[in-house]
Amino acid sequence: MPNIRLENLVKRYGEFQVLHGINLEMKENEFTVLVGPSGCGKSTTLRMIAGLETVSDGEIFIDDKPVSHLEPKARDLAMVFQDYALYPHMDVAKNMSFALRLERRPKAEIDAKIKDVAEMLGLTKFLHRKPGELSGGQRQRVAMGRALTRNSGTFLFDEPLSNLDAKLRGQMRAELALMRQKVQKNMIYVTHDQIEAMTLADRIVVMHGGYIQQQGTPEELYKRPVNKFVAGFLGSPPMNFLEGDLADVDGRLCVQGQGFCLALSDERRQALANAPRGPVTMGIRPADLTYAPDAGDNTALDLRVVVSEYIGAQSVLICDCAGQKVEVELKSDTPIALGETLRFAANAQAIHLFDRETEEAL
Amino acid sequence: MSAASRANRLTPYLFLAPAAVILAFALLYPIGYMVYASFLDWSPSQRIGEADFIGLRNYTNLLQDAAFGESFWVTIKFAAVVVTLEMIIGVGLALLLDRNIKGMSLLRTIFILPMMIAPIVVGLMWRYMYHPTVGIFNRTIKSLGFEEGIPWLSDSTWSFIAVVIADVWQWTPFIFILALAAMQSLPRSALEAADIDGATEWQKITLIKIPLMMPVLIVTLMLRLIDAFKVLEVIMVLTNGGPGLSTEIVALRIFRTAQEFQELGEAAAMSNILLMLLMALTIGMFFYSKLQEARAARMRAAAEQEEAH
Ligand SMILES: Nc1ncnc2c1ncn2[C@@H]1O[C@H](COP(=O)(O)OP(=O)(O)OP(=O)(O)O)[C@@H](O)[C@H]1O
Ligand SMILES: [Mg+2]
Repeated sequence: MPNIRLENLVKRYGEFQVLHGINLEMKENEFTVLVGPSGCGKSTTLRMIAGLETVSDGEIFIDDKPVSHLEPKARDLAMVFQDYALYPHMDVAKNMSFALRLERRPKAEIDAKIKDVAEMLGLTKFLHRKPGELSGGQRQRVAMGRALTRNSGTFLFDEPLSNLDAKLRGQMRAELALMRQKVQKNMIYVTHDQIEAMTLADRIVVMHGGYIQQQGTPEELYKRPVNKFVAGFLGSPPMNFLEGDLADVDGRLCVQGQGFCLALSDERRQALANAPRGPVTMGIRPADLTYAPDAGDNTALDLRVVVSEYIGAQSVLICDCAGQKVEVELKSDTPIALGETLRFAANAQAIHLFDRETEEAL
Repeated sequence: MSAASRANRLTPYLFLAPAAVILAFALLYPIGYMVYASFLDWSPSQRIGEADFIGLRNYTNLLQDAAFGESFWVTIKFAAVVVTLEMIIGVGLALLLDRNIKGMSLLRTIFILPMMIAPIVVGLMWRYMYHPTVGIFNRTIKSLGFEEGIPWLSDSTWSFIAVVIADVWQWTPFIFILALAAMQSLPRSALEAADIDGATEWQKITLIKIPLMMPVLIVTLMLRLIDAFKVLEVIMVLTNGGPGLSTEIVALRIFRTAQEFQELGEAAAMSNILLMLLMALTIGMFFYSKLQEARAARMRAAAEQEEAH
């Protein structure tokens, strides 16, 4: 399957620059997820790869061939649109076979292919219905099926699950992950949902404001975010950020802030030996804060519970730490009361530090 | 059933009543009047009550009247030719001009101007243009070095062509704007999907755009067809039906039967025949689309049954 490379890809709408030099390389059979907040240019990037949007500057290479001047059909890709973009006047079978019929493939081959794909997606019963007579989830599968019947090297998905309700989305996400194992193809998947990104991706590309913030495996991005934006974007509930100062206290390197002073690990101290002391933003994920009434002063935060969100076995507690907001997770059966101050031990290995000005990781 | 709930059920009809009354007077009364008149031997000097009732004689006379038959044939020919040409040119133009280029909105406005001109003026305008010596067409033809101009309005074939051209000129814009509106409301992403699926521009037109526009196009076609069967002014001004009967469409004949021959009953009978023809067309179209739907539903049901086994 082809190898896709974006080099300094730029998109302008008139004076307004939407993408500022995107550099990206997608390996063979890789599932790449472009993720980022609304308006960051994900769809634009995907549509440029598809050939639905002109390239203002830079180049797209497919197998080292520049393709930005080629028509979509010459690029050998299939796409699933956010609004599905089914042909309303054709039934499901016709929709799925459209590309094959344009290529004038033999009827037997088309029928066999449709049968295969319909079986895989559970659409066999609906082959003779028009899109208007299907539910949202079924339409979504037809859109997927239309892409699958074509034997293209690359699949593009633009938020294919965003129109589904939460339960169906979870179900389809699992089905996608399953399909991913059966279909060895390049996949480029756009979403603003970080859970989809984390569960599906071989490689996540986090975008913000028309720039790539960071790319890597889900684990890399989760464990070693390069800046505050990526750190806050991935993970649920999101990472907590606390303002403080980097300072040496009693021979240990600490982050000292209003109402807390956390000691960093020895490795961190060595790594930051020459870093300037002074204001930093500290990040710590809810999962790295554990309820520990007996923890020592330099390893824990004292948090006053403001709101408790019950979500089943776990509750999310929104707490106050001397004026700064901190979210933690706690087993729901822990007896606590609102307004109570609890002590949470912080995993020193999992403390992230960011420059207050540039928001880059230290 | 309680009185209250009965009153409740009657309320909608109460609200509908004024509209129904107006409809009865404004629509049904004139039509009823015309139908009744078609059974009379009635001249404008008589009041309708004084006219003799002659049953279906007006109709039987008409069916034997070769001149009426000729008119009828001319009308059908005219309607078929102009509507076909207008549909092709109108939809074609819409396909060409459905893009965002600077100045396109001005161009579109210019395109729909002919439709806004009063038909009498259109007739007069074209009559001058078709003038055998000073008209623009013949002057151009002569300046190109041809000896003879075209006898636009004095030859029976050419005069038919002349009225067709004038009508196409005036009414193509109608189809153009409706087709353009339909085209701009097409789902854009479906067309993008077709791009990705590898459709050429032509395939996108024939396989996606036209089928999706079909409901609008059919209504447009019906409206134009009904209108084309009733054109009067332009032809009256241009040729007044001549030479001979070559451009005497039914509407013109009705007008002359009433005006010149003073046969109101016969004119009413002709109108009724035209009305029935148009109604047959409309009903035919309606049933055709119902039939299509039913067939699709049947096929779907059959297919699903087959799968259930
Ligand atoms: N045709 C256009 N003209 C001008 N600006 C545009 C156009 N299309 C998109 N934009 C701008 O480009 C930016 C990126 O849009 P894009 O659709 O790529 O966002 P996105 O990341 O897909 O967001 P979402 O998650 O909401 O779909 C947005 O700020 C948008 O306003
Ligand atoms: Mg988008």
